[in-house]
Amino acid sequence: MNKPALADGALTPTDWTSPAMVARIRQRYAREARFKAMGLVALVISALFLAFLLYSIAGNGLTGFQSTEIRLNVAFKPEALGITAADLAGPDAEDRLRQADYGLIGGDALIARFPEVTDPGDQMDLEELLSPGTAAYLRETLVDNPALLGKSITLWVPAATDVDMLNKGQIDADLPALERGISDRMLGYYRQLKADGDIRTSFNTRFFTAADSRDPELAAIWGATMGSLLTLFVTLLISFPVGVLAAVYLEEYAPKNRLTDFIEVNINNLAAVPSIIFGLLGLAVFLGTFGMQRSAPVVGGLTLALMTLPTIVIASRVAIKAVPPSIRDAARGIGASPLQVVFHHVVPLALPGIMTGTIIGMARALGETAPLLMIGMRAFVVDVPASLTDPATVLPVQVFLWSDSVERGFVEKTSAAIIVLMVFLLMMNALAIYLRQKFERRW
Amino acid sequence: MYNPTEATMTVQDTGAIKMTARNVNVFYGDKHAIKDVSIDVRADEVTAFIGPSGCGKSTFLRCLNRMNDTVASARVTGEMRLDGQDIYDRQMDVVQLRARVGMVFQKPNPFPKSIYENIAYGPRIHGLARSRAELDEIVATSLKKAGLWDEVKDRLNDSGTALSGGQQQRLCIARAIAVNPEVILMDEPCSALDPIATAKIEELIEELRGRYAIVIVTHNMQQAARVSQKTAFFHLGDLVEYGPTSEIFTNPKKEKTKDYITGRYG
Ligand SMILES: Nc1ncnc2c1ncn2[C@@H]1O[C@H](COP(=O)(O)OP(=O)(O)OP(=O)(O)O)[C@@H](O)[C@H]1O
Ligand SMILES: [Mg+2]
Repeated sequence: MNKPALADGALTPTDWTSPAMVARIRQRYAREARFKAMGLVALVISALFLAFLLYSIAGNGLTGFQSTEIRLNVAFKPEALGITAADLAGPDAEDRLRQADYGLIGGDALIARFPEVTDPGDQMDLEELLSPGTAAYLRETLVDNPALLGKSITLWVPAATDVDMLNKGQIDADLPALERGISDRMLGYYRQLKADGDIRTSFNTRFFTAADSRDPELAAIWGATMGSLLTLFVTLLISFPVGVLAAVYLEEYAPKNRLTDFIEVNINNLAAVPSIIFGLLGLAVFLGTFGMQRSAPVVGGLTLALMTLPTIVIASRVAIKAVPPSIRDAARGIGASPLQVVFHHVVPLALPGIMTGTIIGMARALGETAPLLMIGMRAFVVDVPASLTDPATVLPVQVFLWSDSVERGFVEKTSAAIIVLMVFLLMMNALAIYLRQKFERRW
Repeated sequence: MYNPTEATMTVQDTGAIKMTARNVNVFYGDKHAIKDVSIDVRADEVTAFIGPSGCGKSTFLRCLNRMNDTVASARVTGEMRLDGQDIYDRQMDVVQLRARVGMVFQKPNPFPKSIYENIAYGPRIHGLARSRAELDEIVATSLKKAGLWDEVKDRLNDSGTALSGGQQQRLCIARAIAVNPEVILMDEPCSALDPIATAKIEELIEELRGRYAIVIVTHNMQQAARVSQKTAFFHLGDLVEYGPTSEIFTNPKKEKTKDYITGRYG
């Protein structure tokens, strides 16, 4: 017996226990569970990919931070070095020491180490155990300590890449000689040195202090790192102020009309332009029109600034937009000029967002390879660049160059360089997160 | 020159008139938000704007210190004067106008800075203090005038946003006072506050009366009756009635006013 009011349908109480309702609820739970499971699977897949990537890079690259050294008793004989006592007495003694010929004493020390090798040809082969960097290493040792002249001293000198690879287990000694690329005789010498404890693995400090080399055991990352730092410095110097000012102008000053709409669309488009196009632009404008120097960090920095600019403009505009209008009203209401409103209130409040966007843009620039190839930053550079116009290369290009190299020793260097690059990227992202947390404000 | 409309008929004494509006129209694009409004604001009185939501009270208030300039679609015609000076004149410096005609907003909007900085900012940008001591003095007196000093004197370096809503609103009033304005415009300053905080603000308005010309927008009839000497009733962009508060509330001339005040409206 319905009351008249309830006869009207809309007022009938909902029956939450009807079969249709129960089925609907069950279906809702099932959907919920399905969605959760899919999300979990996606998460696991991406975590696996990431783990695999990190594992393979770390597995390949960690040995790149180590170098193999051979213990030798080196005699700094003046006659082998081609210097006399008289040279040392003069005022230019250090220059004389520097210019001396260190090519022989390393080999001589090895010949003394293996007295059973008597054939001159075989004795020549012995030298191949040593890195071509040995001479330079011995030179530094003597220049640092001239008193060693005429004396013998036990030193750990860098080993050649083949010995390095053998020592790190990256050449399988059990393979036939042809396949492993090392003669049985060399393998014998290595085993003898190893058995006598004359081979050691140590931290490769050179890797973090020198630049590129043709020899994998001497190739180092510091040159490319400096190149990256110099390039990014130029990029930041140009793109941050220009990007922020452009964003401030567009958000706070520009009238909203067709022209600014057009500009806005184009900035968004620029952010999506493939980076190689910016490389071509840099090539045409900076090298072609202005005749700037190839391979220079300043050109690389300018090119990357072009690429980073839209990212910074967009991030800054979003950050500026997020500043509540009430703050602008408050400042205006007590008579702050438009400039004061912007620079005393809006920009400081937007700064965390602006900085986050900038750091993310810079991190992208740090990892960018293609545009820099276009402007010649793929040169083989053996000196650490010291100024904005020195020829330089950058970390990702160094990775590319080494990975392109046929020598086996460069495999671990490539991965080591990737690790260095990723550490930098991680640090930049961590900084971005830190800044965001630290300056996050509530209003 | 002085041509009071019917609505302003009751204002006779022109000696203490701070701001005048004559035949003001405001358009947002095609929307006619204020229709031919003329009003006088006296220096020694509190003027209340009342009226149903959307009738244009805020719009008119924001015209008085040209805050509407920032709304791209807004267009103002007619004449508005501050001490006889046309505020929409080309010669008028808007920044200075806003320092002379301060504003307190509906939602408390302190800067996310320290309490001290909130107050000191205005005097600093206008160069009102020659030394740190003078600035300290301005901050202290402004907070005292706003009745906030005792509550915050020990924590001037705390963030202004950490205060309660009512305290924030008084901080905003102190901030407006600190630049030594001649007129203070308040747009529903108590709408976000509880009755106790509201009572404090009302006391404060009572104290400030006489020192500053005050214009307040409110939806609270009792509040308008309590704090104001003149009341203007707006309806759909028209100024329906304007006169002494006591008259408006006890003996309104227009039927619409009467309906609104007695709550029979809409
Ligand atoms: N920026 C704007 N652009 C377009 N129209 C606007 C704008 N601001 C206000 N209006 C319109 O103008 C009219 C008056 O608005 P106003 O804010 O002045 O009303 P109000 O009387 O203050 O109302 P309330 O009591 O709700 O605050 C309204 O119809 C509103 O929709
Ligand atoms: Mg309003």
